[in-house]
Amino acid sequence: MIGLEHYLVLSAILFIIGVMGVLTRRNIIVILLSIELILAAVNLNMIAFSSFLHNATGQVFVFFVLTVAAAEAALGLAILVNLFKNLESINVDDVNHLKG
Amino acid sequence: MGLPEIFFYYFAIVAVLTAAFAVTRPNPVYSVLFLVACFFHVAGLFVLLGAEFLAALQILVQAGALMVLYLFVVFLFNLSELKGSRTIHRQAGAAGIVSLILVALLLILSMQGVFPGPFKELVQPQAANNVSYVAGSLFTDFLLPFELASLVLLVVLFGAIVLGKREEQE
Repeated sequence: MIGLEHYLVLSAILFIIGVMGVLTRRNIIVILLSIELILAAVNLNMIAFSSFLHNATGQVFVFFVLTVAAAEAALGLAILVNLFKNLESINVDDVNHLKG
Repeated sequence: MGLPEIFFYYFAIVAVLTAAFAVTRPNPVYSVLFLVACFFHVAGLFVLLGAEFLAALQILVQAGALMVLYLFVVFLFNLSELKGSRTIHRQAGAAGIVSLILVALLLILSMQGVFPGPFKELVQPQAANNVSYVAGSLFTDFLLPFELASLVLLVVLFGAIVLGKREEQE
């Protein structure tokens, strides 16, 4: 019998893989991809709770998360293309002109 | 082991493996393609949970539109120049330790079942199908956020056009 815990554990593992991707990779595209993976893990979590609680609110929030993920990807990639035009690099370590 | 268990473990194992490959491959093209496979399997898990509408949205929006957008951007860059540079950040060791601690905490929390609320059997709710079930909540309680989401998409559309516009020569 597959219970809520199975889905929560799977979602936690996917989330951590995404966090590892954000923390360890140097390529900005892969970092954005890892953020997409984190969002998918969160969506899985919310749908699992929604299904086991018989409450539609979780599924509605996944709808909004998908909207914001699309917006984030479109704007992030547009910024990334401009960055590549200026720096000829997509390595996060090269983007250090705003030293604070 | 019944059919739902077999499907759950198949989707779960393949999703985790493809996600792990996606964040470790040096070539971003492979990362994008592995992530497409991962999103398909996550959508399969959505179907197992009875959320068919969101599974379709996941495949159409995340695996379809977004990943193709990423693939276009990957192709736009000249990746042969990037060969030879290190792909793994020097803080990888520390990040791994922190992530292991975090996953251990999350697993303990998930196993203990500390979440409130009466968790019921996994059955399809009363509505005729999943689309009307989601829509019933989306167009009543969440009507204003729904309209605001369209505003967000409009602003993003303008932003992407402005950012992507070619500089005019003067």
